[in-house]
Amino acid sequence: MKPEFRTCPDSGLVLHRPAENLIKANAIAAVVFLAVGGLLGLLVALTRWPAVQLLDAELFYTVLTGHGIVTLLVWILFFEMALLYFCSSVLLRCRIATPRLGWVAFGLMTVGAAITAVAILQGGSSVMFTSYVPMPAEPHFYLGLILFAVGALIGTFIFFGTLVIAKDEKTYEGSIPLVTFGALTAAIIAVFTIACGAIILIPTFLWSIGYISEIDALMYRLIWWGMGHSSQQINVAAHVAVWYAIAAIVFGAKPMSEKVSRGAFFLYILFISIASAHHLLGDPGLSTEWKIFNTSYAMYLAVLASLVHGLTVPGAIEVAQREKGHNKGLFEWLRKAPWGNPVFSGMFLSLVGFGFIGGISGVVMGAEQINFLIHNTIYVPGHFHGTVALGTTLAFMALSLWLVPVLFRRELIWPKLAMWQPWLFGIGTALQAFFMMGAGTLGVSRRHWDMAFAGSAFEWAYPGMAYTMMALNGVSAIMAVAGGAIFVLVIVGTILFGKKKGAAEYSTRKPAVLTGPAESLTGHGNIGLGIKGFPAPGTFILAMFLLLVFVVYYFINYGYLASVWKFS
Amino acid sequence: MTALQPPSKKIWWKQPVDRVEIVWIGIALVWCLIMFFFMPFWHVYGEQNYSGEAYRVQPERFAEKVNEFVAEHTVRHETDRQIPVVRPPAGSDIYLLARLWDWYPILELEKGETYRLHVSSTDWQHGLSIQPININFQVLPGYEMVLQITPTETGEYAVVCNEYCGIMHHAMLSKLYVVESGRNQGEPSS
Repeated sequence: MKPEFRTCPDSGLVLHRPAENLIKANAIAAVVFLAVGGLLGLLVALTRWPAVQLLDAELFYTVLTGHGIVTLLVWILFFEMALLYFCSSVLLRCRIATPRLGWVAFGLMTVGAAITAVAILQGGSSVMFTSYVPMPAEPHFYLGLILFAVGALIGTFIFFGTLVIAKDEKTYEGSIPLVTFGALTAAIIAVFTIACGAIILIPTFLWSIGYISEIDALMYRLIWWGMGHSSQQINVAAHVAVWYAIAAIVFGAKPMSEKVSRGAFFLYILFISIASAHHLLGDPGLSTEWKIFNTSYAMYLAVLASLVHGLTVPGAIEVAQREKGHNKGLFEWLRKAPWGNPVFSGMFLSLVGFGFIGGISGVVMGAEQINFLIHNTIYVPGHFHGTVALGTTLAFMALSLWLVPVLFRRELIWPKLAMWQPWLFGIGTALQAFFMMGAGTLGVSRRHWDMAFAGSAFEWAYPGMAYTMMALNGVSAIMAVAGGAIFVLVIVGTILFGKKKGAAEYSTRKPAVLTGPAESLTGHGNIGLGIKGFPAPGTFILAMFLLLVFVVYYFINYGYLASVWKFS
Repeated sequence: MTALQPPSKKIWWKQPVDRVEIVWIGIALVWCLIMFFFMPFWHVYGEQNYSGEAYRVQPERFAEKVNEFVAEHTVRHETDRQIPVVRPPAGSDIYLLARLWDWYPILELEKGETYRLHVSSTDWQHGLSIQPININFQVLPGYEMVLQITPTETGEYAVVCNEYCGIMHHAMLSKLYVVESGRNQGEPSS
């Protein structure tokens, strides 16, 4: 046996060399694409700042297409491949399945992303991330996406294969860790997602080369969103798993209840993907019953799951902090949290931002009738900057600031700068989401070069406040991109110039079997404020506050809807 | 046992769940059910819904219907492009065509009257966005959407395309007029 396993002296993790290399490669590709996507995003925001309007119309639509694909798909999926390999091979102390195929997957994803990038840069494929037919893109635009998706699918099956090997070779006892269970949830959703992508992108590619005469516009939207929306649901499962991981890393926090947390992940598997109907609520050709059932994740059962994680993740932190003695009042546990540690602050800003901004706005605008008020307005990008940028991206950044030093055996470079990173990125993105949602409420369109309608036969002026909000969105984007740039600098700087922590020593020995500690299965005893069964009272108050905001905002929207024209 | 380790023992599902979690799950579930039933409730008691009425249509056939409609009810033309303004009878079937990169024709409707608005596209996908009231629908080629609409305020409205439709997407803007009902006021529109 070759010397292939090492134990990290700092984290105690056991790393399998081929898995480690694959994780490194995918993480580096992810960060490179994040840098590209972030810069494109800055150009978009500066163009939509009416007084600046940086790019001309043609270049704007090209850059916006690139920003969507690079950030929503490429950066995220490369990172998720790294995360899947980490959650299987590293967390289960298991050799990774078919590492060679892992490199094939990595190659396909890289080549595919490059082909699509070239198609976009050539200017003939400015069709946006959604590439709605019958607006045509160049054939290689679709081809690149297909190759990228095939690569991601192979990576997902390597994850499944590694779980099988770990079970078969008994590298762990009992059940897989909760974080791996969350990654498994993400991987299952990923299979559905990529299948939808294949089912629609392959015929669309054949249409673009003239082999198929027509693709139905509604069918395209229905199946495409099975990929476009579900891919963001992979993110939700993945970043919730990352939240649990960081709670464990920073606080040694234990899940309050394995049963509840796993049950919530299971609800994601069953129900989260059908909510791609969110995008079709203003469409002709679908029945009301279909819309209501699907847009509500059956009966909001995936929303229930997110609300559960919203309690159990900070709840686990609260219990851990109280057990350490920060047991005074409702919020001492939170005040005494390590706010200067970017791994924690990034995770917590991601949690709060995802819940209050991305989550609430997403569910409210996914209500069938409220959707008429926001469909295709810039409210929609406002919402998903709250979920994908503030929720997923910030959670992945926070994990990276911990994981990269472990993987590369180097100390994090410029820790003072890194400390500010989550705050700049998190607050900048939160403000962006807020201002875009505000402008969207005032009617401003998404994917629109000029809110003053230059070149039109008519004139129409949005309210002055809408212009102000789009300007403030530009300012906030500068802040967010500064935070993103610091992240890229710190990660690249650490990999290249970070102080070395001694060479990694690989051993031929098989790692010891991973076991859970032999604890008694009692409840949480007497911590908390003395109310029996309420070990996390502060979190409960915060959760109730979230619910209050949620309920009020929901009915404000229906109230406004009741005031507009009647239609049926 | 942290979330990075296997759960303690194999019988983790026997660990008692804290009351805080059970209470929260109960409250959250109630809210989820309220939100679910509110949508059908609004279909019955609310006045802003889309019934889902739609038909498959050949783009050429839809364009023909629009042209007939325009020929019959045009009252004047606007802008140097001579875009027709159409004043259909109150309560009738009215047509709006989306195409690269304009809306055709301009509609002039009466306040408080209910019209059957037929919308479709003859080329790519478009977005029907009526401003400043900000109601928005998707417009698909091959599908004729039928919306019963009742304008409740007079005024000059903008019809914006808010689905990206190519290089001049941002110039795809039109008008919609709502005037006092001839039936109520007994006077012709301006």
